[in-house]
Amino acid sequence: MSRLGSDAAVRQVRALTLCAGDGFGEILWLDEPLSFWGGTDLASGVIIDVHHPQRGLSLAGRVVVMSASRGSSSSSSVLAEQVRAGVGPVAIVLSSRDLIVTLGALAAAEIYGIRMPILLLDAAGLALLPRSGPVVVSATDAAASVNWSVPSTS
Amino acid sequence: MSGQTGQSVQLHLTVEDQAKLSGALGPGMAMAMRIVVALARLSLAPQLIDVESAHIDGCLYHGQAGLDFAEKLVELGAVVTVPTTLNVSSLDLMHPGLVRQGPAETAAARRLMDAYVALGARSTWTCAPYQLDGRPTEGIDIAWAESNAIVFANSVLGARTARYGDFVDICAAITGRVPLAGLHVPENRVPTMQLDCSGIPSRVLDSDAAWAALGFVVGQQVGESVCILTGLAPEIANEDRLKALGATAASSGGVALFHIKGVTPEAVAAGAAWPAEGVLRVEITPTMLRAARDELTTATIGDRLDAVSIGTPHFSLTEFAKLAEILDDGVPFHPSCTVWISTSRDVLATAQAAGFAQVCEASGAKIVVDTCTYLVPILAETVRTAMTTSGKWAWYAPANMGISVMFGSLAECIDSARAGRVIRSESAWQ
Repeated sequence: MSRLGSDAAVRQVRALTLCAGDGFGEILWLDEPLSFWGGTDLASGVIIDVHHPQRGLSLAGRVVVMSASRGSSSSSSVLAEQVRAGVGPVAIVLSSRDLIVTLGALAAAEIYGIRMPILLLDAAGLALLPRSGPVVVSATDAAASVNWSVPSTS
Repeated sequence: MSGQTGQSVQLHLTVEDQAKLSGALGPGMAMAMRIVVALARLSLAPQLIDVESAHIDGCLYHGQAGLDFAEKLVELGAVVTVPTTLNVSSLDLMHPGLVRQGPAETAAARRLMDAYVALGARSTWTCAPYQLDGRPTEGIDIAWAESNAIVFANSVLGARTARYGDFVDICAAITGRVPLAGLHVPENRVPTMQLDCSGIPSRVLDSDAAWAALGFVVGQQVGESVCILTGLAPEIANEDRLKALGATAASSGGVALFHIKGVTPEAVAAGAAWPAEGVLRVEITPTMLRAARDELTTATIGDRLDAVSIGTPHFSLTEFAKLAEILDDGVPFHPSCTVWISTSRDVLATAQAAGFAQVCEASGAKIVVDTCTYLVPILAETVRTAMTTSGKWAWYAPANMGISVMFGSLAECIDSARAGRVIRSESAWQ
């Protein structure tokens, strides 16, 4: 956990693995569901949905926390393409078993061997996650967790 | 600290499933089976079931990843094992040059189409596979993608498909297997909401556009739930109208199955048992339909009209017949307005044999096949205002194409195309 800083205590929330992999990045909470197709720029990962409150933010390199995707199943292809191009999220934490998002990650793993973790958390688990800052996501078929540091109190 | 959502269902795989997964039937089959099994675990399905057909949406180009996925399956020797149709692509192969895009994108889109054909799918290139021969029948499990095809198959044909999409659609076609989950499970097909349409005057429902507006209201009211519409006379509910209803409901709300009392097969079979007692009942009013029409409209009455687009989902033979009858009087379209009809190559061949397509083309209408006018650049770049009978087109076109849209009936669209400006008849919606 040295990436999170040395003089710090590590916090962890355990989750369920929907897609295995490891990711490290700034956490980004999406306030509303998002359609990757039509809602994000294919080439940059920036949110372009005019109805989305976080329009203009980029998903690239972020650990994205979202309830679910919205709309078209073409979002699977768009997410896989963004993962391939390196402009997608590095991990996604979901609060529902979203098949469209997970299929995008599964496809990217099949084609490119790029394993972007997808985790499932319930409401209680989500409430424990930090609102900002860097987190480490780690997911194997057996176990998954989100880890981050807080300033040491000692 | 723990935040696990831990439901655990043991997925039972048959010996044959395990053989497919192990690679005994080739690496392409194994890759497809890995995706199907992963989907089954995600869906908490207890087992896989056979499907009798598949409809693939993955053939529309969305970037390198979709192409790499399909070509990898080809490379690994995979082929479909059930009859498989293909959704619209990004090109009109019968009218080259109609879609305005660069040579690189055109080449990639063409490679994607070739890969799916190489996997053994039929070159149908239509979002309305239910207009083709050999469509599925009641109670048959299928794996269809494309939201309007899914809702039509489930609702109007009574076949059973979950909401499939990119990647998993072709994997289902190759393995012939899908998770027993979602709308494959009979209990999940029972309506949980009643939408009472008895307050809508029959003259309003004379227009197909009213059915699209009704679909918009259905989507808004039920979201992804299964509903039953009551109070609609069986004789006025034809397949073109149910196509319009379903496509718009799938766009505005994610509806994958609706029933209509006395009309759709499962509702007919259920008889008086549906809607069950205590099911939430919502009354649908003509005011709600007009509000839907206005939500699907961003243009203003009287605006100069540059284009009309019909045939989303793809224009049927009966729609061609109806349009040909209207256009048979020979009144030309206004020179500033182009009328576009999107359809499939199969329906076009029949419409040509019947003489309907020639009447439409003689009056200046342009016909697009294999793709759709809101997915790829086809309309002239100078188009600012377009009109459509399609709730789905009206929903997506303003964002996809940056134009203003007026949603209206076929009669309103043709009157407007002839006048070169947006005309709407308020009396048809009262």
